[in-house]
Amino acid sequence: MSFNFTVSPSFPAERISDWYIFNTWLQRSLSIPIHLELHDGFDAQRAAIEAGQVDLIHANPFDASLLVREKGFRAIAQPDGAPDEMVVVTALSHPAQAIGDLQPGTRIACANDPCVNTIGRILLEPANLNADNTLEQQRSTYIQVAKDVLRGQVDVGFMPVGAYRGLSSIVRRELKVLVTSDIQVIHHVFLIGRDLHSRADDFVRILLSMHETEKGQDLLSALGATRWQPIQQEDVEFMIDIISTLTQ
Amino acid sequence: MLDMPPPSNAGGAIEHRLDYADGSSRRVFVTHVETPYPQGRLIVSRTDTRGIITQCNQSFVDMSGYERSELIGQPHCLLRHPDMPAAAFRDLWETVQAGRQWHGYVKNLRKDGGHYWVFATVVPNVRDERIVGYTSVRREPSREKVAQAEATYREWIRS
Repeated sequence: MSFNFTVSPSFPAERISDWYIFNTWLQRSLSIPIHLELHDGFDAQRAAIEAGQVDLIHANPFDASLLVREKGFRAIAQPDGAPDEMVVVTALSHPAQAIGDLQPGTRIACANDPCVNTIGRILLEPANLNADNTLEQQRSTYIQVAKDVLRGQVDVGFMPVGAYRGLSSIVRRELKVLVTSDIQVIHHVFLIGRDLHSRADDFVRILLSMHETEKGQDLLSALGATRWQPIQQEDVEFMIDIISTLTQ
Repeated sequence: MLDMPPPSNAGGAIEHRLDYADGSSRRVFVTHVETPYPQGRLIVSRTDTRGIITQCNQSFVDMSGYERSELIGQPHCLLRHPDMPAAAFRDLWETVQAGRQWHGYVKNLRKDGGHYWVFATVVPNVRDERIVGYTSVRREPSREKVAQAEATYREWIRS
């Protein structure tokens, strides 16, 4: 029996091959067959989760909420480094200098990432902007979001900090960050489903020691981390409680 | 809960006595100084079922004006501002103790007697079908909503 592994589709496209390498490393370390399936977007991923086709996942905080509370997934580890934050950007030439300068009718470009979009919406609340008085245009990639902003087709764009930093310096020079979230307490997390609970200790052991080999360090670095950190189930439950205050 | 010492620049501070639902009371000194909400931040804290602070993030510490060590172990009503009607907190407690989420606009009192406005959401932490505490997340409100809340709360206190 092969287990299905996936990654919340918010990671930069250039990391696709690194996740395949990680999957190979995971299979060899655990001596179990694992198939990596990277979904095109959050809708496809959610459909796979609902169909019971996900056994392990590197999940964003919003997906973690669903998986832990409703699907019985268990938290294994979280990557170190900066927590999940996002930016609201506009074109350098746009008259808005701060969120408070944005007006009803503001046009927003974003990807189909519920985590980033929910936080982005919260960051617009001080300007009294909400779904009823703004226009949202969803794009397939964050590069397209940046292009829409630069071309003036929208007023602002939502993107994760990682995606913003991944833009070329030429593009970033033409953008202006109106606000960067500073939430501090929500992270991606590595989860396993019920069929793998009996192997939880093995997952914890190999992930927490991954940084101890040169190959492991290189792979972690490619994935944007330096090591995996232990996480208690209660840490995830707390994060989920926080997420629930943002989504209702 | 200890009385608030008079601020060093007490010239503009007004003394109030706050009465809490448990029968205790506290003397506080209040100024008109508002600390702007820091852009992009969320203020996060957690309490036990009695409302005692057990955990908070750095934004909570920064905005309250207290040291973290002065906050952990204290009742959350340490931040209660005299301009907030008791009925708002009664509603909060009744809602979350019933296992539901509460949200509303809150004027919080800082250690220095100043204040800051937030849009607060409080959720019960349910573990094994039992409420073991509460998590509160605050975000930046619009000035329009703050103005509406101020007017409403003034009316509640007057009546």
